[in-house]
Amino acid sequence: MAQVMFDERADQMAVSGEGPFRISCDKESLAGAVSQRACVFCGSRVVLYPIADALHLVHGPIGCAAYTWDIRGALSSGPQLHRLSFSTDLRETDVIFGGEKKLLAALDELIARHHPAAAFVYSTCIVGLIGDDLAAVCRQAEARHGIPVIPVMSEGFKGNKRAGYLAACQAMFKLVGTGDTSGISPQSVNLLGDFNLAGELWIIRGYLERMGVEVVANVTGDGRVADIRRAHGAGLNLVQCSGATMELAKMMEEAHGTPFKRVSYFGVEDMSQALYDVAEHFGDPEMMARTRALVKEELDRLYPQLMELRRDLEGRKAAIYVGGAFKAFSLVKSFRLLGMQTVLVGSQTGTEADYQELAAITDPGTIIVDDANPLELMHWLKEKGADVFVGGVKERPIAYKLGLGFCDHNHERKIALEGFSGMLSFAREIHRTVLSPVWNFVPRIGGRPS
Amino acid sequence: MSQPINAAPNYVSTTNACKLCMPLGACLAFKGVEGCVPFLHGSQGCATYMRRYLISHFREPVDIASSSLGEKQAVFGGGPNLKQGLVNVINKYQARVVGVATTCLTETIGDDVPALVREFNKTAVVEGGGRELPPIVTVASPSYGGSHLLGFHRAVAALVEQLATEAGPCHGGLNLLPGLLSPADLRHLRALCEDFGLATTLLPDYSLTLDGVAMAEYQLIPEGGTPLTAIQTMARAKATIELGRSLENLPSAGRVLERRGVPLHSLASPIGLRGSDRLVETLEHLSGRELPEVHRRRRGQLLDAFIDAHKYLAGVTALVYGDEDLCLGLTSFLAEIGVRPLIVATGGELGLLPAWVDSVCAGLTPEPPQVLAGVDFWQIAELARELKPELILGNSKGYPLARELGAPLVRVGFPIHDRFGAPRQTVVGYQGAMELLDRITNAILEKRQDDSPVGYGYL
Repeated sequence: MAQVMFDERADQMAVSGEGPFRISCDKESLAGAVSQRACVFCGSRVVLYPIADALHLVHGPIGCAAYTWDIRGALSSGPQLHRLSFSTDLRETDVIFGGEKKLLAALDELIARHHPAAAFVYSTCIVGLIGDDLAAVCRQAEARHGIPVIPVMSEGFKGNKRAGYLAACQAMFKLVGTGDTSGISPQSVNLLGDFNLAGELWIIRGYLERMGVEVVANVTGDGRVADIRRAHGAGLNLVQCSGATMELAKMMEEAHGTPFKRVSYFGVEDMSQALYDVAEHFGDPEMMARTRALVKEELDRLYPQLMELRRDLEGRKAAIYVGGAFKAFSLVKSFRLLGMQTVLVGSQTGTEADYQELAAITDPGTIIVDDANPLELMHWLKEKGADVFVGGVKERPIAYKLGLGFCDHNHERKIALEGFSGMLSFAREIHRTVLSPVWNFVPRIGGRPS
Repeated sequence: MSQPINAAPNYVSTTNACKLCMPLGACLAFKGVEGCVPFLHGSQGCATYMRRYLISHFREPVDIASSSLGEKQAVFGGGPNLKQGLVNVINKYQARVVGVATTCLTETIGDDVPALVREFNKTAVVEGGGRELPPIVTVASPSYGGSHLLGFHRAVAALVEQLATEAGPCHGGLNLLPGLLSPADLRHLRALCEDFGLATTLLPDYSLTLDGVAMAEYQLIPEGGTPLTAIQTMARAKATIELGRSLENLPSAGRVLERRGVPLHSLASPIGLRGSDRLVETLEHLSGRELPEVHRRRRGQLLDAFIDAHKYLAGVTALVYGDEDLCLGLTSFLAEIGVRPLIVATGGELGLLPAWVDSVCAGLTPEPPQVLAGVDFWQIAELARELKPELILGNSKGYPLARELGAPLVRVGFPIHDRFGAPRQTVVGYQGAMELLDRITNAILEKRQDDSPVGYGYL
């Protein structure tokens, strides 16, 4: 293996189809390796951010709030409070003398100004060190203002992004069960782990509506505090992006008996399966009939267009590096539908079970990697000869410098990729990058297109 | 006199900050050193957030290493992770310089980074025969200590303090410390100095590292940057020019070199006619040559454009925001071309912006603008709603306000996340003034054309 690889990380990458599959994951990132991962705070902020009528106050120095100001495509149909970036902007004196007073005053000021339905107060590295009692300040503010003021224990250094997801779930769980559930249909669901990027969650809600299923709470895309409070009244939790919200689903199952199903809305297969799973769960033959009709109608419309794009894409190779591994399953299948082979797939925070499944669904010889860095990604992209790389903003320059196409599948995206219509958008995204004439002129690892 | 600092209500909370944090500025400065890997001593998130922010602006790879501290290290100290990270960056990324910037976390747990690095230097062994241990520069840059601009300036000062130690006879070259500018600005300044026949060490120089060429190869460290050997001999230059008034009261790189015997010329960022003239005068003085013909002609063309544009711009009111150096330069330029800056705002707190703004507006604008220092976009918006500027100059973060006010936003500075080509924008020198003038005038024309019920195609 090339000298750019880190010995310490040797067990965090593996090749599918070569004997029993073993991979190590969920480890702390290696110092100096330039991990593509973020921190605990990032994990919490990502999950809670789209709750649009809540105040999201970052207790810390300015950076943490500044870097998360309105950069995501998480849309709201109503309030836009989540798009503002609130911070206590801690300074040297606060670090020395403590930031509790400033935090309380900031909460007073912002709650009076914006009248939010609840407030989330995010802890950052520094708060964990200077010993501010976040919970006590939140209790005080809650008593004073009569809205839930919830501490999110998201000190950046206390684990990786997954720990942040857990902290966010714990914060949300404080709201669940506090609202009135009367009038909720038994055939109802909560949508967990969908952040309504570019309005994706609305696509899914549209399908569920056509099936006759009520959606109680969006967790958290286009999210509302009141909906989350009555989420325990729903008949079923649908968990997408399982890394982020699975813990909430488990807590709700234990405390409120709400069953859950793991789903993905990306790609034709997984999207259809998700809808059938819902219909099957409710055991209503009429709903199942409506679901079949829906899927048929959507596929009839989608397939001719997809097949046209497939003609150009057939035989091309794809590489995938995303935050959570669950999304990667759907991407592998989506590429296969387009006649493309996945040669590299990795994630920041996948679990061993995730990677086992990836090994099972990919072609033999596919590289599977946990918590990669630019050096490793570059190495594998070159060795496997990919035509297009799917990732986020941090992966984009890696693709472009190597002369590969790129598709943004991260939270900043402004194009809806979920659902049947999203599959078409995805295929068009891949087509427009892979088939671009610019590849005729630029240096690229795979050589010029023939 | 303009309004005192913080004429806006002084809120406890910050909403939509008009600044970024110190380590980001430090990493940007380190990106301008040849073979240098910026390294954040802190938790993993800081590096990742800043990488994404910088990548979105420059559209280039920005690898920033991290010591990736976890809970254990926060309690027992980050030394072992720092050292392991340095080993990896030096051996795997083949760093020829490492720029270590601290973060809130490591400043607060009290890691003595210079001491840890000294220890590391004693024991570390570099893989691969013949390579020496690269220099490791350290800078204290906790987010709570100041803005990204301060982090940038501190990192440049640290580079000079720790690397420009070579004594010896004057080599006759010039040190140019440009401040936080675009890659195109850096290219322009270098070319200008060289046209005067001055061998110039530009520090930092990310004109190529953050505006690279297509190459089918992801370089471990992108080519370009100020060569280490050039930095090491900076104390033997015949003069230093340091740009940016925000440096006036800081222990800046220019002052470090002055202490080591290099005469210092402190100037404002050379934005607009007068700012550019001051720089040119200094270069004329240092080189003993007159402004070369190509630049003289450019200056004449700029003045010609001043005349051509003046009626479109007369009395147009403006809001300017960003870091202190850019704000001052832009305000000075607007005053020259007949635009009336109403509000000049920054999230930073360096220096005496109100007094500087007064001095560049004196005699040119009917009254000086209101200057807001240490403010956020919530405060800027409150005043802007009242004063209704017709034109806005600043980075992408003011877009929501521009949209609300229906005023055109001319994007200048950092970050520019909603337009293309930020690394190729020039604001300095006669060339930069010309480009700015075109962009500002066209923004006004476009707005008037769009608002017109007639829609003339001939203006």
